[in-house]
Amino acid sequence: MNETLTELCAGLRESFPEHVGEPVVEFGETSVRVARERVLDVCRWLRDNGPFELLADLSGVDYLGIAPDEDRFMVAYHLYSFRRNERLRLRAFVPDGDERIESVATVWPSANWMEREVYDFFGIVFEGHPDLRRILMPDDWDGYPQRKDYPLGGTKVEFKGVMVPPPNVRRQPSSTTTGYPGRIS
Amino acid sequence: MSAREIYVGGQEWGEVVRPAGGDETLIVNMGPQHPSTHGVLRLVMELDGETVVACTPVIGYLHTGIEKNTEVRNWTQGVTFVTRADYLSPFFNELAYCLSVEKLLGIEAPLRAQAIRVLMCELQRISSHLVWLATGGMELGALSMMLYGFREREKLLDIFENITGLRMNHAYIRPGGLIQDLPESAPDLITAFLDEFPARIDDYEDLLSDNPLWLERNTGVGILEADDAIALGVTGPMLRAAGVPHDLRKVQPYSGYEKYDFEIAVDEGADCAARYRVRMREMRESAKIARQALEMLPSGPVMVEDPKIAWPAQMSLGPDGQGNSIEYIRKIMGESMEALIHHFKLVTEGFKVPAGQVYVPVESPRGELGYHVVSAGESKPWRVHMRDPSFVNLQATPHLVTGGLIADAIASIASLDPVMGGVDR
Repeated sequence: MNETLTELCAGLRESFPEHVGEPVVEFGETSVRVARERVLDVCRWLRDNGPFELLADLSGVDYLGIAPDEDRFMVAYHLYSFRRNERLRLRAFVPDGDERIESVATVWPSANWMEREVYDFFGIVFEGHPDLRRILMPDDWDGYPQRKDYPLGGTKVEFKGVMVPPPNVRRQPSSTTTGYPGRIS
Repeated sequence: MSAREIYVGGQEWGEVVRPAGGDETLIVNMGPQHPSTHGVLRLVMELDGETVVACTPVIGYLHTGIEKNTEVRNWTQGVTFVTRADYLSPFFNELAYCLSVEKLLGIEAPLRAQAIRVLMCELQRISSHLVWLATGGMELGALSMMLYGFREREKLLDIFENITGLRMNHAYIRPGGLIQDLPESAPDLITAFLDEFPARIDDYEDLLSDNPLWLERNTGVGILEADDAIALGVTGPMLRAAGVPHDLRKVQPYSGYEKYDFEIAVDEGADCAARYRVRMREMRESAKIARQALEMLPSGPVMVEDPKIAWPAQMSLGPDGQGNSIEYIRKIMGESMEALIHHFKLVTEGFKVPAGQVYVPVESPRGELGYHVVSAGESKPWRVHMRDPSFVNLQATPHLVTGGLIADAIASIASLDPVMGGVDR
């Protein structure tokens, strides 16, 4: 992490002392944790003061069962600054059972479809989103397919009522046991 | 919900039309099966006469769950999935995915593999832009352009087939390098193509650049200024056509792009004509890079040495047209127990990748193609997210077409160059 980015992160922590964590550098990429209650303000601050003009990517991750100290879901914001030629990742955790986070579509209009995608696949509700509905899955779809406890479907074979099992329960080497808890009935 | 905004989902058509109210405007459903929507893009347009009042893109018809599928296969198998997302630029998907896996592993592909990756990607950038030019020309009535564009693309696909075995969805780039080296015949084929190609672009430009009909249909149409483009997340040729010299190959080089001499194509027009000029120049620059890559091709292996990561198979054409080389079979079956163990481990389980997450962007023909890959330290990815440029750029559609004529909407969408395989994944 270079000096200007360090300075910026320090400024960000000063403005949001209780809601922004220490910057962490992993694999050469800088991440900052943000409390979900202040995501909108932090994003606006970064857009104006970074300036991070581009929201390059917004994605969700379901950490079911592998991060016991954290909340279950994470929303990752990948920001890019043209003027600095720098990237920054914001990580906001969202707990199971209360999947709500502020929408940043008012900060970067590009977040519109990206947030709809995360809602579609993880069921995380982005509050204040102008048009939050499914985007890639059909409107009447049940469940959120990218969640780790969403059961994978098998394939029905036409003869003798055979099912080809879903890929996570097909033959597996014994050392890769962290499959999905979900099973088809 | 205002009267102008229409909720479009899977409901009855009457329910779509009713909220629009009044009888002054007409709601037209374009797609998902329409020759000029580039695949299965569906646009619901509200028209006042021939003017587009509102436009709602509806996507998802090509969703195949590629991201989800990668989570239940090992890291190497992921390549065969991601390559099927954006079917006009599979090498870029493979490259971005493999670069992110390599970043997590802390390894770098050998120099020869990097150079071949650049070579293949630049050839593919040409072939992808040729499809844009061919289909875009066809949609505006320049039918001959369609024939010429696909003619040259076919030659490139033959080259890809010669090198990788497949015309599309190559799965040629693998974590750690490439599945195999260039065949002996490849340099001559590529050189022949690169010798011929500049004259072909001259032909296209003779056909279109000063063609009054082409200019009339493209100039001042589908304007997207730089500020709006950045706010909407639009990258790639669309952004460069609005005067922003942003190209990841230059500003954040990967795979040794800093070694090649090329220029970023920029234009100030911010309209369809500017995007046409940018992409035409990009094809010339790509041909330049491809030639440099071929001339400077270093010798050496195309896969990392580490036997715990390198895919063990040494592909060779047997009597059935595929299979492992005889020497390799002899080695694992008769000579080296260790080699057999590595082979068995990698083929059944795959390698493990340290826990963590990375975001790796590359410059695809349509803009920033990024992979957000999360590893839990297993032999399978925990999460692979693709930031596909078509998906993000497509958000700009209402901005491009609203207020214009419906015929200009076709030109705008063609200049956006969306690939639905990448949009829906």
